[in-house]
Amino acid sequence: MTDQAYNFAYLDEQTKRMIRRAILKGLAIPGYQVPFASREMPMPYGWGTGGVQVSAAVLTPEDTLKVIDQGADDTTNAVSIRSFFERTAGVATTTATDEATVIQTRHRIPEVPLREGQILVYQVPIPEPLRFLEPRESETRKMHSLEEYGLMHVKLYEDISRHGHIATSYAYPVRVEGRYVMDPSPIPKFDNPKLGEMAAIQLFGAGREQRIYALPPYTQVVSLDFEDHPFEASKADQCCGLCGATDSYLDEVIVDDAGGRMFVCSDTDFCTARQAAGHRGQDAA
Amino acid sequence: MTAMDQITSTATNPAQATPLLSVRELSKRYGSHIGCTDISFDLYPGEVMGIVGESGSGKSTLLNCMAGHIAPDTGQVIFETRADGPRDTVTMSEPERRMLGRTDWAFVHQHARDGLRMGVSAGGNVGERLMAVGARHYGDIRAQATDWLDRVEIDPARIDDRPTTFSGGMQQRLQIARNLVTGPRLVFMDEPTGGLDVSVQARLLDLVRGLVRDMGLSAIIVTHDLAVVRLLADRLMVMKSGRVVEAGLTDQVLDDPQHAYSQLLVSSVLQV
Repeated sequence: MTDQAYNFAYLDEQTKRMIRRAILKGLAIPGYQVPFASREMPMPYGWGTGGVQVSAAVLTPEDTLKVIDQGADDTTNAVSIRSFFERTAGVATTTATDEATVIQTRHRIPEVPLREGQILVYQVPIPEPLRFLEPRESETRKMHSLEEYGLMHVKLYEDISRHGHIATSYAYPVRVEGRYVMDPSPIPKFDNPKLGEMAAIQLFGAGREQRIYALPPYTQVVSLDFEDHPFEASKADQCCGLCGATDSYLDEVIVDDAGGRMFVCSDTDFCTARQAAGHRGQDAA
Repeated sequence: MTAMDQITSTATNPAQATPLLSVRELSKRYGSHIGCTDISFDLYPGEVMGIVGESGSGKSTLLNCMAGHIAPDTGQVIFETRADGPRDTVTMSEPERRMLGRTDWAFVHQHARDGLRMGVSAGGNVGERLMAVGARHYGDIRAQATDWLDRVEIDPARIDDRPTTFSGGMQQRLQIARNLVTGPRLVFMDEPTGGLDVSVQARLLDLVRGLVRDMGLSAIIVTHDLAVVRLLADRLMVMKSGRVVEAGLTDQVLDDPQHAYSQLLVSSVLQV
């Protein structure tokens, strides 16, 4: 299956070594953004070039790969990255979360709890959580090194003053092991509690911004908040129309021109598995 | 004796007090050009020092050196810290200096835009320093921000408006509120009234004078406006070509200038 014109997993071995070094450094300093020499990949920026490079560096021929985009295995981004690695690495692929050893994800953490031995690779558009408040890179680096994170709370303050509650619903900033403030990539804040104490390794790759950061297994991750406005993991107040799940993150889907809508699990694997087990929601055919 | 009494008594009797800030032989060069050179003075708690001089005389260089924004070539800036007593802020580590910069020191820029976050609401601007030193209770932060807006005569109803919607004078007052909210002991002001029209200037000066007196602040005010120092400053330094040419009590220097340049400066003031 592997296209012999490419090295295993597309990148050459020297590049993979360089990326692995960055990953190891990231694991050693949880939450710290390690600069790396991001390569051009055969896909546009914003399509997961960072995640793909990290996946390529950690893949072995024995691995089983799963790729999700917003929780779904069957969207363009997920399908194209999966076929990319099928072709260039020849690894087995799957859509089942518990069968996969490497999971590349865009904007979601799977509903099924991950276990030791699995690696979750995130695609990150903007790794710097302070970026929209402080445009200077030299200054944000200094703020990270000196732990000056008051500015992050200014953002949350602005949210409350404008909306009455913390309205940031994705890319919700977290503090790792009481040290680095980290952008968890644009996952919904519903997923934030899963970041901490996770058994799997979590790797974050930002291709355009040339940064890699990581959370080793069982790392303490705390979502930032105010004492009188505590963090709350929120989701749509509905249950899945297909499988009836009440505890999964839901997508709202518009089904006709008359304002009809339904809510379905964003994690397609989780939803199909539940339906196969006989669970039915109100909109199930 | 309360802290406030101490401050007032030491201000009136500086001979007994330790200086809050001692500057010793401070020099800064830009290549062969002199920024400021050989500056030494003491500032006592509760005292307001004015620095006047023409454009390019090294006033702002001196102020930025003292506030740690630029590193001086030689000299010492010794600040009486709350925890460890006198410390040279030039050789202090950067985290310590930045910590001072957001607790015991305040810096009021000439252009409010340099000192404010224009994309953040007035309340967020005032609250930033509180959050930077660890305040994590939204209600408390907001209450303090409201209180401070009131103290600088900004309608607290505008707490959620951005500074871009404020007039120049209001922006300057907001900048002052944002700086004073953590109760600093030393305020650096760089031309605080520059670019404001006279009636707004008068109101701002009134406000600053009240705050300095109420909070027992020490301040160093750089300006080219002699009226500002006459109103605010206890002592005055006149600078020319990077050197201090005359120093003394404000009224003494302004009423009886000794140095030729000071005489020129005083006589150049337009009379209405």
